[in-house]
This record gives sequence, structure tokens and C-alpha cells, in this order.
Amino acid sequence: MEYVIIIISAIFVNNILLAQFLGCCPFLGVSNKLSTAVGMSGAVCFVITLSTLVTYLLQYYVLDPLGIGFLQTIAFILVIAALVQMVEIVLKKVSPALYQALGIFLPLITTNCAVLGVALIVVTKEFTFGGEPHMLNLVESVVYAFATSVGFGLAMVLFAGLREQLALNKVPESFKGIPIALVTASILAMAFMGFSGLV
Amino acid sequence: MTKFQLITKGLIKENPTFVLLLGMCPTLATTTSAINGMSMGLATLFVLVLSNMAISAIANVIPDKVRIPAYIVVIATFVTLLQFVMQAYTPAIYETLGIFIPLIVVNCIVLGRAEAFANKNSVVDSACDGLGIGLGFTLSLTILGLIREILGSGSAFGFKFLPGDGILCFVLAPGAFMVLGYLIVLFHKVTAKKNK
Repeated sequence: MEYVIIIISAIFVNNILLAQFLGCCPFLGVSNKLSTAVGMSGAVCFVITLSTLVTYLLQYYVLDPLGIGFLQTIAFILVIAALVQMVEIVLKKVSPALYQALGIFLPLITTNCAVLGVALIVVTKEFTFGGEPHMLNLVESVVYAFATSVGFGLAMVLFAGLREQLALNKVPESFKGIPIALVTASILAMAFMGFSGLV
Repeated sequence: MTKFQLITKGLIKENPTFVLLLGMCPTLATTTSAINGMSMGLATLFVLVLSNMAISAIANVIPDKVRIPAYIVVIATFVTLLQFVMQAYTPAIYETLGIFIPLIVVNCIVLGRAEAFANKNSVVDSACDGLGIGLGFTLSLTILGLIREILGSGSAFGFKFLPGDGILCFVLAPGAFMVLGYLIVLFHKVTAKKNK
């Protein structure tokens, strides 16, 4: 039951893009075309899940026992950067097709704040289930990370679809590009607010 | 460019939020009130000035291939420093901004200035550049926060001057996207007229 709550809450209620504003750069930057949005979401999904697993272990089995929890930020960003690099090398060897498809998006993920954001949320924030606050355990963290990245993908794909339609319409000169995208995102965020009573 | 120009260009001509469109996550997330926006801007300013100076000082000894990871480590160090300072002196603001303080590490403005300016200019120039861009960021976050606070809760800088609750939507996510969108339009209109 808890897993269902985590998944629904991460995808719809606390959508990482539209409610928590993490990962806005790719959200506005690469959502022009549906195909690139799907590629970016796939790469992010992969890296967020993997990096959360590694940073969780790092926090509880290395940083905490040694009493150097304050190095969290530095350690996490290094892990993520190294991980992205590693994923890139492995993918290139194992699945050149997927590597080609993800292309430029892989290295860009290092500076996507959604990745570091989720890694930090998992080890710092208390979640409430049935009125009892508790910290996520390893499996819950990975489930949460995966669900969050699915939410990221959902918002990206919806938004890219909207922007593809938008490109066919006449937009006032000064609204062209980012401004109209932001207003569209606002309406999309309003729609997602409708989910807020769900969990 | 003189030092003064370096500082003032960040305010309008190269404003990070309205012109360069960088650092969108903290811009949207932390501007629920003018005070929050301003604190986030100042926190970024602190990191930006220090990391710009440090990177410009050590740019020559960093091998070209590993420069990005090296920059990120420098930036992360100053962010950790900032976290200590804020925990000690402004714990309330540290609580409110929460996760967005450590996330300054992945703010594209900071890394962008390191890559575009600090690694090929002198320490003093880089400090001025960081100060200018940081001030521009602070200014735009404060304006955005102020508008959202006035519309959303009927107050300005925590001082309540309108009765009632205000339009809640503007404090929440949709308001952030909308106000920023319209502000960028306004900014483009005004600067385009000036250039004519």
C-alpha cells in the first residue's frame, strides 16, 4: 500500500516539474519536439534511479558512520557526475542504439537539478504515511526515485505535445519562444493541481 | 570593459533571468515572497562571487579535459560553506529555502559564468562579473517574489496591506510560471523600445 501512495504522490501530486520545480532547464530547453522530450525523459529516468540507489548507500554506509554528513553536497554531485560518465561509457559499448538515441542528453544530465534534488530529498525529507513520519528505506527510496522520474517524463511528454501544437498557431511577437511556453506550463501546472486531493 | 560596466551589465543587458534565461529552478521555486526571492538571490550572489574568484585564480593549473568536474567541486565547496553560514546566522531562511541551497551547485548561472568568463579573466574582473550577474539575479528574483507576494497574499516584504487571503494560485506553482512568462514579455517590450 505504501508503495502505491509513494508512486501516485510522486507522479501526480508532487510532480517534480510542475509542483517542485526541479529540472526546469530541460523542461523549457528540450521540450520543443516530442521525440527529444522522450529521449531526455528516458535518460533522466535511468540516471535518477541509479544515482539515488548509490547516493542512498553512500549517505548511510559511508558519510554517516564517518560523521562527515556535511560533505553531502560535494559527495553527491561527484557521484552523479561520475555515474553519468560511467553510464555513457557502458551504454556506448553495450547498446550503441540507445546511446545514439540519448545522444547529447546524457552529459547534460549532470547539471539537471532533478537528479541531485531527488538524491537529497530521499536522505533529508521525512515522508508521512498514515500519520506517521518516517525516513524512506532503500527499496522505498528507489521506488520513489523511479516514480519521480516517471512523473518527470509524463510532464515532459505532455508539455512537448502542447508546444508542438503551439508552434502551428499564431503567437504575438513578444510572446514567441519561452514566454508563451511559460504561460502554457502555468496552465498545465494548474491542471496538475487538480490531483492534490488524491493522497 | 571597465569594472563598473562589468557590474552593471548583469542588471539589464545580460540579466540572467530575463535575458539569458538561466537558473530557472530556483527562480520559479523560491519566489513565493519577496524576502524568499531576495535571500535566494543573495545566496547565489555569495557563491557566484567566491567561485568566480577561485576559478579565475586556478584556471591555469586545471587541465582542460577535467575542467568541468573541477569547477563543480570548487562550486560545491563554496555552497557547503554557505550552508554552514546560513545555518548559523539565518536558520529561518535556511529552513524555508531548504533543498534549493545545496542545489545552487547545479545552478547553470554559476557554472556558466565560470566557463564563459572566470576562466579567461583576472581575479578582480571575475569578482566584478560575479557581483553584477548575482545582483541581476537578486533583482529579478525580488521583483518576481514581490509580484507573487502582492497578488498571492496581499503583502509586500511580509508587510500586509491588503485585507483577505489574496489569490492563492499565485503563491503556488501555476503563478510562478505565469508571472515569470509575463515579466519576460514586459522586459523584452521595454528593452526593445529602448534600442529603437
